[in-house]
Amino acid sequence: MSATAEPIVDSPIPRRGAAATLEAIGVSAWFGDRKVLEGVTLEMRAREVTALIGPSGCGKSTFIRILNRMHELIPGAALAGEVRLDGVDLYGSDQLPIHTRRRIGMVFQKPNPFPAMSIADNVLSGLRLSGRPIKEPRRIIEESLTRAGLWKEVRTRLGAPGGSLSGGQQQRLCIARSLAVQPQVLLMDEPCSALDPTSTKRIEETISEIVNDVTIVIVTHNMQQAQRISNRCAFFNVDEGSPGGIVEIGPTDKIFHDPDDPRTADYVHGRFG
Amino acid sequence: MAVEARIPLARPAASSPADRARVRPRSLLVDDWLLLGGSAAGSFCLVWVLYQNLAAEPSVAGFVVWWFVAFASMYWTSVFRLQGRVLATDRLMSFVIAAGAAAMLVPVFVIMGFVFYKGAGVITPHFFVETNQFCGQLDGPKCGGVAHAIVGTLEQVGIGIVIAVPLAILSAVFLNEVGGPLRRPVRIFVDAMSGLPSIVAGLFIYAVWVIGLGRGFSGFAASAALSLLMLPTITRTSEEVLRLVPDGLREGSLALGGSEWRTVWNVVLPTARSGLITAVVLGIARAVGETAPLILTAFGASVMNANPLAGPQESLPHFVYQYIHYNPGSAPYQRAWAAAAVLTLLVLGLFAIARGLGAAMSIEARQRRAARRDRRLAKREAAAALSQKRAAEGAGPS
Amino acid sequence: MADKIYRGMATGSGLLTLVILCLIGVFLVIRALPAFRQMGFAFLTTTKWQPDGLTHQFGIAALLYWTAVIAVIALVIAIPVSIACALFINEYAPRALYRPLTALVDLLAAIPSVIFGIWGFAFLEPQLVSTSSWLDQNLGFIPIFKVESGNVAGSAFIAGVVVSLMVQPILTSVVREVFSQTPAGEKEAALALGSSRWGMIRAVVLPFGRGGIIGGTMLGLGRALGETIAVALIISPSTIISIHVLQSGANSIAATIALQFGEASQQFGIPALMAAGVSLFAVTLIVNFLASLVVARSRSGRGVEI
Repeated sequence: MSATAEPIVDSPIPRRGAAATLEAIGVSAWFGDRKVLEGVTLEMRAREVTALIGPSGCGKSTFIRILNRMHELIPGAALAGEVRLDGVDLYGSDQLPIHTRRRIGMVFQKPNPFPAMSIADNVLSGLRLSGRPIKEPRRIIEESLTRAGLWKEVRTRLGAPGGSLSGGQQQRLCIARSLAVQPQVLLMDEPCSALDPTSTKRIEETISEIVNDVTIVIVTHNMQQAQRISNRCAFFNVDEGSPGGIVEIGPTDKIFHDPDDPRTADYVHGRFG
Repeated sequence: MAVEARIPLARPAASSPADRARVRPRSLLVDDWLLLGGSAAGSFCLVWVLYQNLAAEPSVAGFVVWWFVAFASMYWTSVFRLQGRVLATDRLMSFVIAAGAAAMLVPVFVIMGFVFYKGAGVITPHFFVETNQFCGQLDGPKCGGVAHAIVGTLEQVGIGIVIAVPLAILSAVFLNEVGGPLRRPVRIFVDAMSGLPSIVAGLFIYAVWVIGLGRGFSGFAASAALSLLMLPTITRTSEEVLRLVPDGLREGSLALGGSEWRTVWNVVLPTARSGLITAVVLGIARAVGETAPLILTAFGASVMNANPLAGPQESLPHFVYQYIHYNPGSAPYQRAWAAAAVLTLLVLGLFAIARGLGAAMSIEARQRRAARRDRRLAKREAAAALSQKRAAEGAGPS
Repeated sequence: MADKIYRGMATGSGLLTLVILCLIGVFLVIRALPAFRQMGFAFLTTTKWQPDGLTHQFGIAALLYWTAVIAVIALVIAIPVSIACALFINEYAPRALYRPLTALVDLLAAIPSVIFGIWGFAFLEPQLVSTSSWLDQNLGFIPIFKVESGNVAGSAFIAGVVVSLMVQPILTSVVREVFSQTPAGEKEAALALGSSRWGMIRAVVLPFGRGGIIGGTMLGLGRALGETIAVALIISPSTIISIHVLQSGANSIAATIALQFGEASQQFGIPALMAAGVSLFAVTLIVNFLASLVVARSRSGRGVEI
């Protein structure tokens, strides 16, 4: 799969430190005829962690999937609005989803490494799948695994299958796999909800280390986690029978200690949701 | 509504969602469509010019194949130049895969169309009521008919069904409801038997019944062979149907003190009824078209023999097989095509019945119906809520 | 009491399959004994099939060879086509087409084999004759594409193409079922890494479905080996073992039974056909057992695949 000719109109491959600002403007989303998200406008700044919090079913996951064009994979899905990466609308008429997804990585709720591939191949899989030349595979593997905080644990068994790792290790392998393609933004959809506290801690450390190179957007149900790792928070909520949307956006401190909206206060203090 | 009122700060005034059109994102851009059309047209012209001149024996199929090859290489090259290897391969593979699916599914129409085209001319009403007894090669294609073959097919398949269905459904019940340590081996044997070559089933009945017991050729021997072939088919399909019956129903019946037997007879089987009928109809559809075992069991005849227990008997597939060997264009040959058209129609009809029953009881259809019901309820509730709210608003200011 | 009868009856009919399979084997072997006595082990190596000739010489070698050749040709065509069809239905076609497409696959499976046979020689053979000649002229330096007699009608190739259409439905449904069990998480992971749809299929779906492809292929092989009428209608029977599959002249065990049955004598002809039937029965049974083992293993999840 190694490409000899670099695609001519392919998106430029960003280097480390190329974290970019992601802006959603008036984003609404539908599944079939059901509107699930209404008018979400949110700026996710470069080199910051933006946490999306809110009760289940309020559209956080839909929103985060819209950011790297995974939403449209679901049959019947539709949306309106713009998502701008460094000012360019990702849903513009000249944009292809696979280019977007190369620049905006994603880590899912359930760790999903390729079980039959070795750890090393898992790390390189993103480069292979997007047909980019792999120079110095050893360096890429070591660097990505180090950034994801997994190198020390697996460096002696890089040939072992990805499915043989523990849950927390698998999730960090998924992070390493995403980082290997040098994304500008990394989306994380409840990355720790299936993990034990120790693994969660490791991943939080990883997040705080990589945030200098890559913009991070994280969906979490864990209020302490949002407080610990995020710079800014967006609180999503949904009323019965209407689509979800953002109630309040602000610096994490303000959201947790002095929110403008009473519902935000209720939610972050665990009074519902 | 309340949500929007509280977040004026978060949204720029210029871009309220109402202004924006709802889009279904596409993965093909305008350029892609142009490339596609260009490659298709260009390769068509190229092959048109070259193929007509270079091919020794031009044919439509050959033209289509070469057109596809030319199109694929042109299209791949242009996408490769413009968008790189990954996308070029991706686009090319979608066409290759679609072409593969077409190569498999288009023949369905070609086969049926061809059979009807060849056979339709001879079919007249009396084709269904006369036999072939007095018709020779020189009598013209419209002489005689397939009445004796239809009677034979109906009797052979009918008796086969009567033998196979109870056994098959009992086996399915065994696999799904009784189980035990024998379940796995039985399942493997059912799987293996569903691959039993039909000619072997015929040989077996011939060895046991026709010469073993000295009963000679008969429709019943054919039924026995057909039931061997239907048994695993119906068992497997029925087992899948029984698996769809929710466990809750079984537990409910058992909890009410019903015996296992009563539970299966009064709850499980009735619930799965339409699915079981589908399984049976599919089994019939397979048996109706079997030819090989009939050669060795019913043998075939040109006269009407309505007694399935004695004497050779004709059947539709055997009629086709026997008369297709005559010279193309001769009367028996044409009658064979007509019988083939009747047989195809019969299979098509059975298949449509099975699909219709299957569709009405499938899980998806149930879910669709449930979803429609939910939507109606939701609409009604929303309307009620709205009118309440209006009433409240109307009352509010006072 | 009623429960006991019910359990007994259900278990009994479950075991009936097993009993029937054993009976088939036993009866065919008994009826074939005179043939085995006549030929001994030479039955396996003789290519001639003249049980009612002067010397009563017959053997399974050529029949088995051509049966296998036709089945292999059928599978070489059917495997890529079926995988493509399965992928098309699962991954490419719009959801609205899902039911019509699966119905078409099932319909292809329901078409009687005699219909395939008459369509094969009346419609497909004239179409394929030019293909065969073209392959001979342009690729004739490769032995299997060489046509020495100049006659390309009634060849193993044409029979193989028709049989491939007949095994495609079963192959497609097995492969499609296994493909549809690919974990959605892995597919999403590949797409989220910037993979194209084909890249995702190559990296995730095909490796996951490998067991199903192998199992489905063997199931298809079982069907192809036992196919009778379509082959009987198309081939020009020949008992000469030859590598030129495009050339007129081929055979199969099942087709021989169907074609020779009418003229076979009770003394040698029928026992010889019974012996052929035993061979076919044994081969297909083994292939089918292996197939269901492989499919069962691959279905039991990805633990096996790692």
